[in-house]
Amino acid sequence: MRRSPIFPLAAVAAFSITASAAAETPADFQRLFETAARQERAGFAGFSAQRGAAFFKSTHGREWSCASCHTINPTATGRHAKTDKPITPLAPAANAERFTRADKVEKWFRRNCNDVLGRTCTASEKGDVLVYLMSLGK
Amino acid sequence: MKHVIRFGILVLLTVGTTGVVLAGDHRYPAPNPTVKAECGSCHIAYPPQLLPAHSWRALMAGLDKHFGTDASLDPQTAATITAFLEQNAGRKRSLSASSELRISETRWFVHEHDEVPAYVWKSPKVKSPSNCTACHSNAEHGDFSERSVRIPR
Repeated sequence: MRRSPIFPLAAVAAFSITASAAAETPADFQRLFETAARQERAGFAGFSAQRGAAFFKSTHGREWSCASCHTINPTATGRHAKTDKPITPLAPAANAERFTRADKVEKWFRRNCNDVLGRTCTASEKGDVLVYLMSLGK
Repeated sequence: MKHVIRFGILVLLTVGTTGVVLAGDHRYPAPNPTVKAECGSCHIAYPPQLLPAHSWRALMAGLDKHFGTDASLDPQTAATITAFLEQNAGRKRSLSASSELRISETRWFVHEHDEVPAYVWKSPKVKSPSNCTACHSNAEHGDFSERSVRIPR
């Protein structure tokens, strides 16, 4: 199994401990990814919803994109590409449960980045996707 | 009806030898909440009675490559689920799975579904034999009884 870069994982772990009493919000995760993205790259200049949208829809030279299961409209209900099981919307505006739990955010980015890209996602990529999802349905 | 008779024969053959049979009416108890949440997020939480313990152990040891997707779990959650699967695993010889560990490839599954015509399996609404709910309308609740079967059109 591939492992995430140590820093983002440690940051998520620390975050989930310190903030475990209260439910996290998508904005909390954005801040967390920002901190990690600055550590990844000194020249980090902020997230981009446009870049996130392109990332979300790209198959990255492989079989699946994020949209394969979540559809190209993340405010809509998706379907698992293999099992066909319905997937509740990913955009926070359409589904208030999204990006409210550190353990789930960590688990699904880990699994799905591996399935789509064959590697872990960088904090930059996760942040781009998050701000794209946060920009939808408003 | 056929299944009732089949179950009767099954009971006669197996009670007193193993003492364990599959639920004759094809109803299975609800899984514990962790199993339902974790196994049930991409597919239904399949009844643990449908594979033997050694198959579940092998499956849980390879979650990062789970039938073509990464279904990896944190070690604590994985241990909880493995224990539940082992405790409730099936014991019939016909459940022995192929090396791929698919319930749908066990002799038991193939036999139970031998009346299903090929066009049903090919239907885009079924998509895969792993998609129990396509026909077993109440499978989410462990109910695989013939009464609840609805073949999609």
